[in-house]
Amino acid sequence: MVFSPGASGRNSLLEIRNLVVSFETANGLFKAVDGIDLNVESGEVLAIVGESGSGKSVSMLAVMGLLPDNAHISADILRFNGRDMLTMKAREKRALIGRDISMIFQEPITSLNPCFTVGYQVAEVLQVHLGLKGAGLRRRVIELFEAVGIANSEARLNAYPHQMSGGQCQRIMIAQAIACNPKLLIADEPTTALDVTIQKQILDLLKDLQYRSNMGLIMITHDMGVVAETADRVIVQYMGRKMEEADIVSLFEKPQNAYTKALLAALPENVKGKRLPTISDYFQETAGAAAGLTE
Amino acid sequence: MRFIVQKILYLVPTLIGITLVAFAFIHAIPGDPVLIMAGERGISPARHAELMAQLGLDKPLWQQYISYIWQILHGDFGISYVSKEPVLSEFMQLFPATLELACCAIVLAVFIGVPAGMLAAVKRGSIFDQSAMGLSLLGYSMPIFWWGMLLVMLFSGYLGWTPVSGRIDLSYYFEPVTGFMLIDSLLSGEEGAFSSVARHLILPSIVLATIPLAVIARQTRSAMLEVLGEDYMRTARAKGLSSFRIYAVHAARNAMIPVITTIGLQVSALIAGAILTETIFSWPGIGKWLVEAIFKRDYMTVQGGILIIAILVMAVNLLVDILYGIINPRISKA
Repeated sequence: MVFSPGASGRNSLLEIRNLVVSFETANGLFKAVDGIDLNVESGEVLAIVGESGSGKSVSMLAVMGLLPDNAHISADILRFNGRDMLTMKAREKRALIGRDISMIFQEPITSLNPCFTVGYQVAEVLQVHLGLKGAGLRRRVIELFEAVGIANSEARLNAYPHQMSGGQCQRIMIAQAIACNPKLLIADEPTTALDVTIQKQILDLLKDLQYRSNMGLIMITHDMGVVAETADRVIVQYMGRKMEEADIVSLFEKPQNAYTKALLAALPENVKGKRLPTISDYFQETAGAAAGLTE
Repeated sequence: MRFIVQKILYLVPTLIGITLVAFAFIHAIPGDPVLIMAGERGISPARHAELMAQLGLDKPLWQQYISYIWQILHGDFGISYVSKEPVLSEFMQLFPATLELACCAIVLAVFIGVPAGMLAAVKRGSIFDQSAMGLSLLGYSMPIFWWGMLLVMLFSGYLGWTPVSGRIDLSYYFEPVTGFMLIDSLLSGEEGAFSSVARHLILPSIVLATIPLAVIARQTRSAMLEVLGEDYMRTARAKGLSSFRIYAVHAARNAMIPVITTIGLQVSALIAGAILTETIFSWPGIGKWLVEAIFKRDYMTVQGGILIIAILVMAVNLLVDILYGIINPRISKA
């Protein structure tokens, strides 16, 4: 790993204490995130892992302000680069989102607007946040296309998302996200929808961009392979709660929490010819240690 | 280009079908033009047969149809039995009045319906959404002639704000140049003429726009709601764009495909609506002309009128198809 884990005394970029996100449903409030604490620093890669429904995406969508109206968000601290995001006005937050914090998503093809060229979609961020225009804007878009590895970038400016592959679309999403040199990039399962070889390329690209610009990177994933390959530090989340937080080496070598152990035990390479264990199997064996999991 | 040529070729069978339907329907109505022209005085059987032969109506129907098609293929839409004028030139004289009314109505329907539907979707469940959708349901369900009469009673009768009927006050006269009164009144330079034309247009436009407005608003709302849930809308918000840009640029363009289809269909519906509206407001357009032609069994006028209207409606639909390709690049390349 390039960067040392968390507590290095650097200023934290994103600081979250006791984040709670609940949704209004027909059966009352449903708590999707229940008291998450989190810290990311510049130049650090934090992975948030957990199964579907563990609240990992929801907590980051809450930071970005992308949750629907029926979501209630509360936190003791929600600070980005020293600025309180809880009291920030909508206009200030809009200026921050897309420029200093940006996000890429799981489904690259549907995440791009089918009616606009990819060049326009990247240019739009630069226009809105940096006021770039004309030839300067075009040059910067081409530069970004090259930075994310789009071949023949000038010709691709006028392509539509449906004329590109999933991997290329994810590269465009990344170009769009890094356009304003953000301080923090949140990648929500950026490789889940891609095939294995493309997954590797996209992860390498993300790591490379993160390393070169020293930005903070939050990688949301359920794939332990992705965690091992990219992260400095890991947060394991289950049912909206943080189960464990550790640096990457400690997590794989000495997992502390029962759920983390269950998660690692379920990796196919750790099973060797037997049936894959499920969470419930695992808790029968370690019933005592499972206390942290249930109410 | 190939896309457009292909679309035009598809129109040929439709056109043939329309001539057949128009021909069959008007001949299915009892009575014939000669009897109706004769009126209450009646006509001797010998004279009746002579006139029928003159009009070519004594031949078997299939022969009449074939000679009609032959005429059409030579660009001849026939001569009205009643006015003895060529159908096409009568149509051309009256059509600007209908077109002017229809244009005002569609502009009204689109410029109110699309933003109202968009806003209703963005503010889903709000008082605005509920009242807009309630009103549009009301607008859609109201009989157009009843609504027209209510408006005339209130605005023309009770308040005296708008004229009851016609296109312009009788005190003005100018030679038609384009046939569009709004333009002609401006060209004439007569003081007050334009405002008189505009005031005459208000009520008929509102009445004619009511149903398309309701349909367009509802269609825009549902198309917008679908688009708002798409992944790329989340991306647009994650880019830190303003709400206006998110809705008016990113959402609207995607939502416009079904809305344009609806607008295209409503243009055809406007012609049907124009028949009632023109009758209520004594508007001298093709709607009124066609209704009178049906009453007088003026076969040539009815057939020709329907055919010309059908050609125009098909032209609008073709335009809509071409617009799809421009708005959504996936369609023309598919």
